[in-house]
Amino acid sequence: MLRVENLSKSFTIHHLGQTREAISGINLDVAKGGFLGIVGRSGSGKSTILKSIYGTYRPDTGRILYDSRDHGPIDIMEIGDHALIHLRKTEIGYVSQFLKVMPRTTSLELVTQSLLEMGVGHVEAQAQAKAALEHYDIPESLWNNYPNTFSGGEKLRLNIARATVKAPRLLLLDEPTASLDNASKVKVREAIAKLKAEGTTLVGIFHDLEFMEGLCDSVYDMTNQEMRHALA
Amino acid sequence: MKTADNVALCVRNFSKHYGEGCAYCMESDAVLDRNICPECGTIHACSDISFDLHKGEILGIVGESGSGKSTLMKMLYFDQEASSGEYHLADFLDGEADVLKLSSRQKRQIRNEILGMVYQNPVYGLKMDFSAISNIAEKLIASGSRNVGDMTATGDHFLGKVNIPLNRKFDPPVNFSGGMQQRVQIAKALSNYPPILLLDEVTTGLDLSVQADVLELIKEIQRELGISMVVVSHDLAIIRMLCDRTMVMLNGSVIEAGITDQILEDPQHAYTQQLVYSIL
Repeated sequence: MLRVENLSKSFTIHHLGQTREAISGINLDVAKGGFLGIVGRSGSGKSTILKSIYGTYRPDTGRILYDSRDHGPIDIMEIGDHALIHLRKTEIGYVSQFLKVMPRTTSLELVTQSLLEMGVGHVEAQAQAKAALEHYDIPESLWNNYPNTFSGGEKLRLNIARATVKAPRLLLLDEPTASLDNASKVKVREAIAKLKAEGTTLVGIFHDLEFMEGLCDSVYDMTNQEMRHALA
Repeated sequence: MKTADNVALCVRNFSKHYGEGCAYCMESDAVLDRNICPECGTIHACSDISFDLHKGEILGIVGESGSGKSTLMKMLYFDQEASSGEYHLADFLDGEADVLKLSSRQKRQIRNEILGMVYQNPVYGLKMDFSAISNIAEKLIASGSRNVGDMTATGDHFLGKVNIPLNRKFDPPVNFSGGMQQRVQIAKALSNYPPILLLDEVTTGLDLSVQADVLELIKEIQRELGISMVVVSHDLAIIRMLCDRTMVMLNGSVIEAGITDQILEDPQHAYTQQLVYSIL
Protein backbone atom coordinates (compact mmCIF):
# COMPACT_ATOMS: atom_id res chain seq x y z
CA MET A 1 0.00 0.00 0.00
CA LEU A 2 2.80 2.36 0.96
CA ARG A 3 6.48 1.85 0.37
CA VAL A 4 9.15 4.40 1.20
CA GLU A 5 12.50 3.85 -0.51
CA ASN A 6 15.80 5.50 0.28
CA LEU A 7 14.18 8.65 1.65
CA SER A 8 16.49 11.51 2.62
CA LYS A 9 15.70 15.04 3.63
CA SER A 10 17.92 17.85 4.80
CA PHE A 11 17.03 21.42 5.62
CA THR A 12 19.15 24.32 4.42
CA ILE A 13 18.69 27.62 6.18
CA HIS A 14 20.29 30.17 3.89
CA HIS A 15 20.23 32.95 6.42
CA LEU A 16 22.36 30.98 8.88
CA GLY A 17 24.43 29.24 6.23
CA GLN A 18 23.50 25.87 7.69
CA THR A 19 22.36 22.55 6.31
CA ARG A 20 21.04 19.91 8.66
CA GLU A 21 20.27 16.37 7.69
CA ALA A 22 16.98 15.24 9.18
CA ILE A 23 16.70 11.74 7.74
CA SER A 24 18.73 9.65 5.36
CA GLY A 25 18.27 6.30 3.65
CA ILE A 26 14.88 5.48 5.14
CA ASN A 27 13.18 2.32 3.83
CA LEU A 28 9.86 1.18 5.16
CA ASP A 29 6.59 -0.26 4.00
CA VAL A 30 3.13 -1.01 5.22
CA ALA A 31 0.60 -3.40 3.74
CA LYS A 32 -2.99 -2.47 2.97
CA GLY A 33 -4.93 -2.26 6.21
CA GLY A 34 -1.74 -2.51 8.23
CA PHE A 35 -0.61 -0.29 11.09
CA LEU A 36 3.02 0.76 11.23
CA GLY A 37 4.35 2.49 14.34
CA ILE A 38 7.44 4.70 14.15
CA VAL A 39 9.54 4.94 17.30
CA GLY A 40 12.69 6.83 18.16
CA ARG A 41 13.94 9.62 20.35
CA SER A 42 12.83 13.17 19.74
CA GLY A 43 14.74 14.84 16.93
CA SER A 44 15.40 11.55 15.18
CA GLY A 45 13.26 12.50 12.18
CA LYS A 46 10.00 10.67 12.83
CA SER A 47 7.81 13.62 11.90
CA THR A 48 10.00 14.35 8.89
CA ILE A 49 9.08 10.94 7.50
CA LEU A 50 5.38 11.56 8.07
CA LYS A 51 5.46 15.05 6.61
CA SER A 52 7.33 13.76 3.56
CA ILE A 53 4.65 11.13 3.00
CA TYR A 54 1.97 13.81 3.32
CA GLY A 55 3.88 15.99 0.87
CA THR A 56 4.49 18.88 3.24
CA TYR A 57 8.23 18.35 3.02
CA ARG A 58 9.94 17.91 -0.32
CA PRO A 59 12.56 15.18 0.21
CA ASP A 60 16.01 15.27 -1.42
CA THR A 61 16.13 11.67 -2.57
CA GLY A 62 13.99 8.58 -2.63
CA ARG A 63 10.54 7.46 -3.63
CA ILE A 64 7.24 7.34 -1.79
CA LEU A 65 5.16 4.73 -3.57
CA TYR A 66 1.49 4.71 -2.74
CA ASP A 67 -1.34 2.69 -4.17
CA SER A 68 -4.02 5.32 -4.72
CA ARG A 69 -7.69 4.57 -5.19
CA ASP A 70 -8.16 7.34 -7.77
CA HIS A 71 -4.70 7.58 -9.31
CA GLY A 72 -3.43 3.97 -9.17
CA PRO A 73 0.19 3.25 -8.13
CA ILE A 74 1.99 6.59 -7.80
CA ASP A 75 5.09 8.20 -6.36
CA ILE A 76 3.82 10.94 -4.07
CA MET A 77 6.95 12.97 -4.75
CA GLU A 78 6.15 13.04 -8.46
CA ILE A 79 2.41 13.47 -8.77
CA GLY A 80 2.13 17.25 -8.79
CA ASP A 81 0.34 19.78 -6.64
CA HIS A 82 -3.23 19.30 -7.73
CA ALA A 83 -3.20 15.53 -7.58
CA LEU A 84 -1.69 15.77 -4.10
CA ILE A 85 -4.32 18.27 -2.97
CA HIS A 86 -6.97 15.90 -4.28
CA LEU A 87 -5.39 12.95 -2.45
CA ARG A 88 -5.41 14.91 0.79
CA LYS A 89 -9.07 15.76 0.41
CA THR A 90 -10.15 12.23 -0.36
CA GLU A 91 -7.60 9.58 0.62
CA ILE A 92 -4.78 10.65 2.90
CA GLY A 93 -5.40 12.11 6.33
CA TYR A 94 -2.95 13.69 8.72
CA VAL A 95 -3.38 14.29 12.43
CA SER A 96 -0.90 16.39 14.34
CA GLN A 97 -0.84 17.71 17.86
CA PHE A 98 -1.73 21.14 16.64
CA LEU A 99 -4.99 22.56 15.45
CA LYS A 100 -5.02 25.52 13.10
CA VAL A 101 -8.47 26.56 11.98
CA MET A 102 -10.35 29.41 10.39
CA PRO A 103 -11.38 31.97 12.96
CA ARG A 104 -14.98 31.73 14.08
CA THR A 105 -15.53 28.27 12.68
CA THR A 106 -17.37 26.11 15.18
CA SER A 107 -16.24 22.57 15.92
CA LEU A 108 -19.31 21.17 14.19
CA GLU A 109 -18.69 23.28 11.09
CA LEU A 110 -15.06 22.23 11.07
CA VAL A 111 -15.79 18.51 11.03
CA THR A 112 -18.69 19.00 8.61
CA GLN A 113 -16.43 20.88 6.17
CA SER A 114 -14.04 17.97 6.14
CA LEU A 115 -16.83 15.87 4.66
CA LEU A 116 -18.18 18.58 2.37
CA GLU A 117 -14.84 18.88 0.62
CA MET A 118 -15.05 15.16 -0.13
CA GLY A 119 -18.36 15.75 -1.83
CA VAL A 120 -20.67 14.41 0.89
CA GLY A 121 -24.07 16.16 0.93
CA HIS A 122 -24.74 18.75 3.61
CA VAL A 123 -27.34 16.88 5.67
CA GLU A 124 -25.37 13.65 5.63
CA ALA A 125 -22.11 15.48 6.41
CA GLN A 126 -23.60 17.16 9.43
CA ALA A 127 -25.05 13.91 10.74
CA GLN A 128 -21.71 12.12 10.40
CA ALA A 129 -19.88 15.06 11.96
CA LYS A 130 -22.18 14.96 14.99
CA ALA A 131 -21.61 11.24 15.38
CA ALA A 132 -17.84 11.77 15.26
CA LEU A 133 -17.94 14.57 17.84
CA GLU A 134 -20.06 12.36 20.04
CA HIS A 135 -17.66 9.48 19.69
CA TYR A 136 -14.75 11.60 20.85
CA ASP A 137 -16.71 12.87 23.83
CA ILE A 138 -16.80 16.44 22.68
CA PRO A 139 -19.80 17.66 24.66
CA GLU A 140 -22.74 18.93 22.66
CA SER A 141 -22.39 22.29 24.37
CA LEU A 142 -19.10 22.74 22.48
CA TRP A 143 -20.40 21.88 19.03
CA ASN A 144 -21.41 25.43 18.33
CA ASN A 145 -18.34 26.82 19.99
CA TYR A 146 -14.98 27.93 18.58
CA PRO A 147 -12.11 25.45 18.97
CA ASN A 148 -9.63 28.07 20.12
CA THR A 149 -11.55 28.17 23.40
CA PHE A 150 -11.09 24.40 23.86
CA SER A 151 -8.67 22.66 26.19
CA GLY A 152 -5.61 20.95 24.67
CA GLY A 153 -7.23 17.53 24.92
CA GLU A 154 -10.46 18.72 23.35
CA LYS A 155 -8.58 20.31 20.46
CA LEU A 156 -6.68 17.11 19.85
CA ARG A 157 -9.81 14.99 19.92
CA LEU A 158 -11.44 17.43 17.52
CA ASN A 159 -8.41 17.13 15.24
CA ILE A 160 -8.72 13.36 15.27
CA ALA A 161 -12.46 13.54 14.68
CA ARG A 162 -11.89 15.81 11.71
CA ALA A 163 -9.40 13.43 10.09
CA THR A 164 -11.04 10.11 10.91
CA VAL A 165 -14.57 11.15 9.94
CA LYS A 166 -13.44 10.92 6.30
CA ALA A 167 -12.42 7.28 6.79
CA PRO A 168 -9.21 8.00 4.91
CA ARG A 169 -7.48 5.24 3.01
CA LEU A 170 -4.16 6.17 4.57
CA LEU A 171 -3.99 7.97 7.89
CA LEU A 172 -0.81 9.55 9.24
CA LEU A 173 -0.75 10.14 12.98
CA ASP A 174 1.89 12.47 14.42
CA GLU A 175 1.78 11.77 18.16
CA PRO A 176 -1.97 12.08 18.39
CA THR A 177 -2.08 10.90 21.98
CA ALA A 178 0.78 13.03 23.28
CA SER A 179 -1.20 15.29 25.59
CA LEU A 180 -4.24 13.14 26.25
CA ASP A 181 -5.45 11.65 29.49
CA ASN A 182 -6.04 7.93 29.69
CA ALA A 183 -9.75 8.01 28.96
CA SER A 184 -9.13 10.04 25.79
CA LYS A 185 -6.33 7.74 24.74
CA VAL A 186 -8.72 4.83 25.00
CA LYS A 187 -11.08 6.72 22.69
CA VAL A 188 -8.30 7.26 20.16
CA ARG A 189 -7.36 3.61 20.36
CA GLU A 190 -10.95 2.61 19.75
CA ALA A 191 -11.19 4.88 16.73
CA ILE A 192 -7.96 3.55 15.29
CA ALA A 193 -9.13 -0.03 15.84
CA LYS A 194 -12.38 0.80 14.06
CA LEU A 195 -10.61 2.45 11.11
CA LYS A 196 -8.25 -0.47 10.88
CA ALA A 197 -11.13 -2.92 10.86
CA GLU A 198 -12.63 -0.91 8.01
CA GLY A 199 -9.40 -1.26 6.03
CA THR A 200 -7.61 2.05 6.66
CA THR A 201 -3.83 1.82 6.46
CA LEU A 202 -2.10 3.65 9.31
CA VAL A 203 1.34 5.07 10.00
CA GLY A 204 1.76 6.62 13.41
CA ILE A 205 4.28 8.12 15.77
CA PHE A 206 3.55 7.25 19.37
CA HIS A 207 5.59 8.00 22.43
CA ASP A 208 3.75 5.30 24.30
CA LEU A 209 3.57 2.66 21.63
CA GLU A 210 2.63 0.01 24.21
CA PHE A 211 -0.73 1.73 24.25
CA MET A 212 -1.24 0.57 20.70
CA GLU A 213 -0.28 -3.00 21.55
CA GLY A 214 -2.32 -5.52 19.66
CA LEU A 215 -3.19 -2.94 17.00
CA CYS A 216 0.25 -2.25 15.62
CA ASP A 217 1.46 -4.78 13.04
CA SER A 218 5.00 -3.59 12.66
CA VAL A 219 7.41 -1.04 14.04
CA TYR A 220 10.03 1.11 12.39
CA ASP A 221 12.81 1.96 14.80
CA MET A 222 14.72 5.17 14.03
CA THR A 223 17.70 4.08 16.17
CA ASN A 224 18.86 1.34 13.82
CA GLN A 225 16.59 2.34 10.91
CA GLU A 226 14.99 -1.07 10.76
CA MET A 227 11.56 -2.54 10.45
CA ARG A 228 10.49 -5.19 12.88
CA HIS A 229 7.30 -7.02 13.64
CA ALA A 230 5.05 -5.65 16.30
CA LEU A 231 5.86 -5.72 19.96
CA ALA A 232 6.13 -9.22 21.23
CA MET B 1 -2.50 27.09 -26.91
CA LYS B 2 -5.68 26.97 -24.84
CA THR B 3 -6.60 26.38 -21.21
CA ALA B 4 -6.43 22.76 -20.06
CA ASP B 5 -9.42 21.02 -18.48
CA ASN B 6 -10.00 22.16 -14.91
CA VAL B 7 -8.07 25.36 -15.52
CA ALA B 8 -10.01 28.63 -15.19
CA LEU B 9 -7.20 31.04 -15.97
CA CYS B 10 -3.82 30.50 -17.53
CA VAL B 11 -0.97 32.95 -17.86
CA ARG B 12 2.33 32.43 -19.66
CA ASN B 13 5.44 34.62 -19.58
CA PHE B 14 3.55 37.64 -18.29
CA SER B 15 5.83 40.68 -18.11
CA LYS B 16 5.41 44.35 -17.42
CA HIS B 17 8.18 46.86 -17.70
CA TYR B 18 8.22 50.62 -17.34
CA GLY B 19 10.74 52.01 -19.80
CA GLU B 20 11.92 50.95 -23.21
CA GLY B 21 14.20 48.13 -22.13
CA CYS B 22 17.56 47.56 -23.76
CA ALA B 23 19.55 44.75 -25.34
CA TYR B 24 20.91 43.88 -21.88
CA CYS B 25 17.74 43.68 -19.79
CA MET B 26 15.50 42.04 -22.38
CA GLU B 27 17.67 38.92 -22.17
CA SER B 28 16.04 36.42 -19.83
CA ASP B 29 19.19 35.87 -17.74
CA ALA B 30 20.05 39.56 -17.24
CA VAL B 31 21.09 40.43 -13.70
CA LEU B 32 19.05 43.37 -12.49
CA ASP B 33 19.53 45.68 -9.55
CA ARG B 34 16.43 44.45 -7.69
CA ASN B 35 14.05 44.97 -10.61
CA ILE B 36 15.82 47.86 -12.31
CA CYS B 37 18.06 47.47 -15.32
CA PRO B 38 21.55 48.83 -14.48
CA GLU B 39 22.10 49.74 -18.15
CA CYS B 40 18.95 51.62 -19.14
CA GLY B 41 17.02 52.12 -15.90
CA THR B 42 13.93 50.25 -17.08
CA ILE B 43 11.83 48.94 -14.20
CA HIS B 44 10.74 45.33 -14.59
CA ALA B 45 7.63 45.26 -12.40
CA CYS B 46 6.75 41.70 -13.45
CA SER B 47 9.07 39.33 -15.26
CA ASP B 48 8.13 36.14 -17.02
CA ILE B 49 5.28 35.01 -14.78
CA SER B 50 3.46 31.80 -15.69
CA PHE B 51 0.78 29.95 -13.75
CA ASP B 52 -2.56 28.16 -13.97
CA LEU B 53 -5.51 28.87 -11.71
CA HIS B 54 -7.63 25.76 -11.40
CA LYS B 55 -11.41 25.82 -11.20
CA GLY B 56 -12.63 26.33 -7.64
CA GLU B 57 -9.09 26.85 -6.38
CA ILE B 58 -7.78 29.70 -4.24
CA LEU B 59 -4.26 30.63 -5.29
CA GLY B 60 -2.24 32.82 -2.93
CA ILE B 61 0.42 35.33 -3.92
CA VAL B 62 2.79 36.59 -1.24
CA GLY B 63 5.74 38.92 -1.35
CA GLU B 64 6.98 42.22 0.04
CA SER B 65 5.73 45.57 -1.19
CA GLY B 66 7.17 46.32 -4.58
CA SER B 67 7.50 42.67 -5.53
CA GLY B 68 4.97 43.04 -8.36
CA LYS B 69 1.90 41.43 -6.77
CA SER B 70 -0.49 44.27 -7.49
CA THR B 71 0.93 44.87 -10.96
CA LEU B 72 0.20 41.24 -11.74
CA MET B 73 -3.38 41.61 -10.45
CA LYS B 74 -3.89 44.78 -12.46
CA MET B 75 -2.69 43.07 -15.62
CA LEU B 76 -5.09 40.20 -14.97
CA TYR B 77 -7.92 42.71 -14.66
CA PHE B 78 -6.73 44.82 -17.64
CA ASP B 79 -6.16 47.85 -15.42
CA GLN B 80 -2.68 47.77 -16.83
CA GLU B 81 -1.53 46.44 -20.13
CA ALA B 82 1.01 43.62 -20.07
CA SER B 83 4.21 44.32 -21.97
CA SER B 84 4.33 40.74 -23.18
CA GLY B 85 2.92 37.30 -22.48
CA GLU B 86 -0.17 35.23 -23.08
CA TYR B 87 -3.40 35.12 -21.10
CA HIS B 88 -6.27 32.64 -21.53
CA LEU B 89 -9.60 32.35 -19.74
CA ALA B 90 -11.62 29.12 -19.85
CA ASP B 91 -14.88 31.09 -19.91
CA PHE B 92 -13.93 33.15 -22.94
CA LEU B 93 -14.09 31.27 -26.26
CA ASP B 94 -13.26 28.02 -24.45
CA GLY B 95 -9.89 29.38 -23.45
CA GLU B 96 -8.61 29.41 -26.98
CA ALA B 97 -8.11 33.15 -27.37
CA ASP B 98 -5.14 35.10 -26.04
CA VAL B 99 -7.20 37.77 -24.33
CA LEU B 100 -4.30 40.24 -24.30
CA LYS B 101 -4.81 40.60 -28.05
CA LEU B 102 -8.49 41.54 -27.79
CA SER B 103 -10.02 44.93 -28.46
CA SER B 104 -10.73 47.14 -25.49
CA ARG B 105 -14.45 46.50 -25.97
CA GLN B 106 -13.89 42.75 -25.60
CA LYS B 107 -11.63 43.27 -22.59
CA ARG B 108 -14.38 45.33 -21.02
CA GLN B 109 -16.79 42.50 -21.67
CA ILE B 110 -14.44 40.08 -19.88
CA ARG B 111 -14.10 42.45 -16.93
CA ASN B 112 -17.86 42.72 -16.72
CA GLU B 113 -18.75 39.09 -17.17
CA ILE B 114 -15.86 36.84 -16.18
CA LEU B 115 -13.73 38.70 -13.66
CA GLY B 116 -14.47 40.27 -10.31
CA MET B 117 -11.88 42.50 -8.65
CA VAL B 118 -11.61 43.66 -5.07
CA TYR B 119 -8.95 46.30 -4.52
CA GLN B 120 -7.02 46.96 -1.35
CA ASN B 121 -8.36 50.50 -1.49
CA PRO B 122 -12.16 50.60 -1.91
CA VAL B 123 -11.81 53.97 -3.67
CA TYR B 124 -10.72 52.09 -6.81
CA GLY B 125 -13.55 49.59 -6.73
CA LEU B 126 -16.49 51.77 -5.72
CA LYS B 127 -18.06 55.05 -6.70
CA MET B 128 -17.83 56.52 -3.25
CA ASP B 129 -20.67 59.04 -3.53
CA PHE B 130 -23.19 56.74 -5.20
CA SER B 131 -25.35 54.55 -2.96
CA ALA B 132 -24.19 51.04 -2.12
CA ILE B 133 -27.03 49.54 -4.11
CA SER B 134 -26.31 51.66 -7.19
CA ASN B 135 -22.70 50.56 -7.07
CA ILE B 136 -23.94 47.01 -7.44
CA ALA B 137 -26.47 48.03 -10.09
CA GLU B 138 -23.64 49.60 -12.08
CA LYS B 139 -21.84 46.26 -12.25
CA LEU B 140 -25.07 44.45 -13.13
CA ILE B 141 -25.94 46.89 -15.90
CA ALA B 142 -22.44 46.55 -17.29
CA SER B 143 -22.90 42.79 -17.43
CA GLY B 144 -26.18 43.10 -19.29
CA SER B 145 -28.96 43.32 -16.70
CA ARG B 146 -31.79 45.73 -17.45
CA ASN B 147 -34.61 44.73 -15.09
CA VAL B 148 -34.67 47.06 -12.09
CA GLY B 149 -36.63 44.64 -9.90
CA ASP B 150 -34.14 41.83 -10.54
CA MET B 151 -31.17 44.09 -9.94
CA THR B 152 -32.59 45.33 -6.66
CA ALA B 153 -33.21 41.77 -5.54
CA THR B 154 -29.66 40.73 -6.47
CA GLY B 155 -28.22 43.80 -4.76
CA ASP B 156 -30.17 43.09 -1.58
CA HIS B 157 -29.09 39.46 -1.67
CA PHE B 158 -25.38 40.23 -1.88
CA LEU B 159 -25.47 43.15 0.57
CA GLY B 160 -27.19 40.76 2.97
CA LYS B 161 -24.53 38.14 2.33
CA VAL B 162 -21.79 40.57 3.31
CA ASN B 163 -23.78 41.76 6.32
CA ILE B 164 -24.54 45.30 5.22
CA PRO B 165 -27.82 46.29 6.92
CA LEU B 166 -30.35 46.86 4.15
CA ASN B 167 -31.58 50.06 5.74
CA ARG B 168 -28.24 51.53 4.71
CA LYS B 169 -28.26 50.36 1.11
CA PHE B 170 -29.12 53.85 -0.13
CA ASP B 171 -26.18 55.38 1.75
CA PRO B 172 -23.04 56.13 -0.25
CA PRO B 173 -19.93 54.12 0.78
CA VAL B 174 -18.18 57.38 1.67
CA ASN B 175 -20.31 57.29 4.82
CA PHE B 176 -19.29 53.71 5.65
CA SER B 177 -16.46 52.37 7.78
CA GLY B 178 -13.46 50.83 6.00
CA GLY B 179 -14.66 47.30 6.73
CA MET B 180 -18.13 48.05 5.38
CA GLN B 181 -16.66 49.62 2.24
CA GLN B 182 -14.60 46.49 1.70
CA ARG B 183 -17.68 44.32 2.09
CA VAL B 184 -19.67 46.45 -0.37
CA GLN B 185 -16.80 46.05 -2.79
CA ILE B 186 -16.94 42.27 -2.39
CA ALA B 187 -20.73 42.31 -2.84
CA LYS B 188 -20.30 44.33 -6.03
CA ALA B 189 -17.59 42.06 -7.38
CA LEU B 190 -19.72 38.98 -6.71
CA SER B 191 -23.03 40.36 -7.90
CA ASN B 192 -22.82 39.01 -11.46
CA TYR B 193 -21.43 35.63 -10.32
CA PRO B 194 -18.06 35.92 -12.02
CA PRO B 195 -16.23 32.57 -12.29
CA ILE B 196 -12.99 34.27 -11.23
CA LEU B 197 -12.43 36.68 -8.38
CA LEU B 198 -9.23 38.69 -7.87
CA LEU B 199 -8.62 39.86 -4.30
CA ASP B 200 -5.79 42.31 -3.67
CA GLU B 201 -4.91 42.68 0.03
CA VAL B 202 -8.58 42.78 0.90
CA THR B 203 -8.12 42.45 4.65
CA THR B 204 -5.16 44.80 5.05
CA GLY B 205 -6.01 47.57 7.44
CA LEU B 206 -9.19 45.95 8.74
CA ASP B 207 -9.56 45.17 12.41
CA LEU B 208 -9.33 41.50 13.36
CA SER B 209 -13.02 40.97 13.81
CA VAL B 210 -13.93 42.45 10.43
CA GLN B 211 -11.01 40.56 8.93
CA ALA B 212 -12.52 37.32 10.23
CA ASP B 213 -15.86 38.30 8.66
CA VAL B 214 -14.23 38.88 5.31
CA LEU B 215 -12.25 35.61 5.46
CA GLU B 216 -15.37 33.71 6.41
CA LEU B 217 -17.17 35.27 3.48
CA ILE B 218 -14.40 34.36 1.05
CA LYS B 219 -14.40 30.73 2.18
CA GLU B 220 -18.16 30.60 1.99
CA ILE B 221 -18.34 31.92 -1.56
CA GLN B 222 -15.66 29.48 -2.62
CA ARG B 223 -17.60 26.58 -1.12
CA GLU B 224 -21.05 27.64 -2.28
CA LEU B 225 -20.35 29.21 -5.65
CA GLY B 226 -17.18 27.32 -6.62
CA ILE B 227 -15.51 30.56 -7.69
CA SER B 228 -11.78 30.44 -8.47
CA MET B 229 -9.76 33.13 -6.75
CA VAL B 230 -6.37 34.77 -6.76
CA VAL B 231 -5.61 36.20 -3.33
CA VAL B 232 -2.76 38.63 -2.83
CA SER B 233 -1.68 39.16 0.75
CA HIS B 234 1.46 39.79 2.71
CA ASP B 235 -0.15 38.14 5.72
CA LEU B 236 0.96 34.51 5.76
CA ALA B 237 -1.67 33.54 8.33
CA ILE B 238 -4.36 34.57 5.86
CA ILE B 239 -2.67 32.68 3.06
CA ARG B 240 -2.54 29.60 5.30
CA MET B 241 -6.24 29.85 6.05
CA LEU B 242 -7.43 30.45 2.51
CA CYS B 243 -5.12 29.13 -0.13
CA ASP B 244 -4.58 25.67 -1.57
CA ARG B 245 -1.45 26.76 -3.42
CA THR B 246 0.83 29.74 -3.05
CA MET B 247 3.34 31.61 -5.21
CA VAL B 248 6.07 33.74 -3.67
CA MET B 249 7.16 36.85 -5.58
CA LEU B 250 10.33 38.88 -5.24
CA ASN B 251 11.48 41.74 -7.45
CA GLY B 252 8.87 41.00 -10.08
CA SER B 253 9.54 37.26 -10.39
CA VAL B 254 7.97 34.13 -8.95
CA ILE B 255 10.76 32.59 -6.90
CA GLU B 256 8.88 29.68 -5.39
CA ALA B 257 5.49 28.02 -5.78
CA GLY B 258 3.81 25.02 -4.26
CA ILE B 259 1.12 23.71 -1.96
CA THR B 260 0.68 26.26 0.82
CA ASP B 261 1.96 24.06 3.65
CA GLN B 262 5.06 23.23 1.59
CA ILE B 263 5.83 26.92 1.23
CA LEU B 264 5.19 27.60 4.91
CA GLU B 265 6.85 24.55 6.43
CA ASP B 266 9.59 23.72 3.96
CA PRO B 267 10.52 27.00 2.28
CA GLN B 268 13.38 26.57 -0.19
CA HIS B 269 14.35 30.05 -1.33
CA ALA B 270 16.32 32.32 1.00
CA TYR B 271 13.71 35.07 0.70
CA THR B 272 10.79 32.71 1.43
CA GLN B 273 12.65 31.44 4.48
CA GLN B 274 13.19 34.97 5.70
CA LEU B 275 9.47 35.62 5.24
CA VAL B 276 8.35 32.41 6.97
CA TYR B 277 10.79 32.69 9.86
CA SER B 278 9.48 36.19 10.49
CA ILE B 279 5.98 34.96 11.40
CA LEU B 280 5.27 35.97 14.95
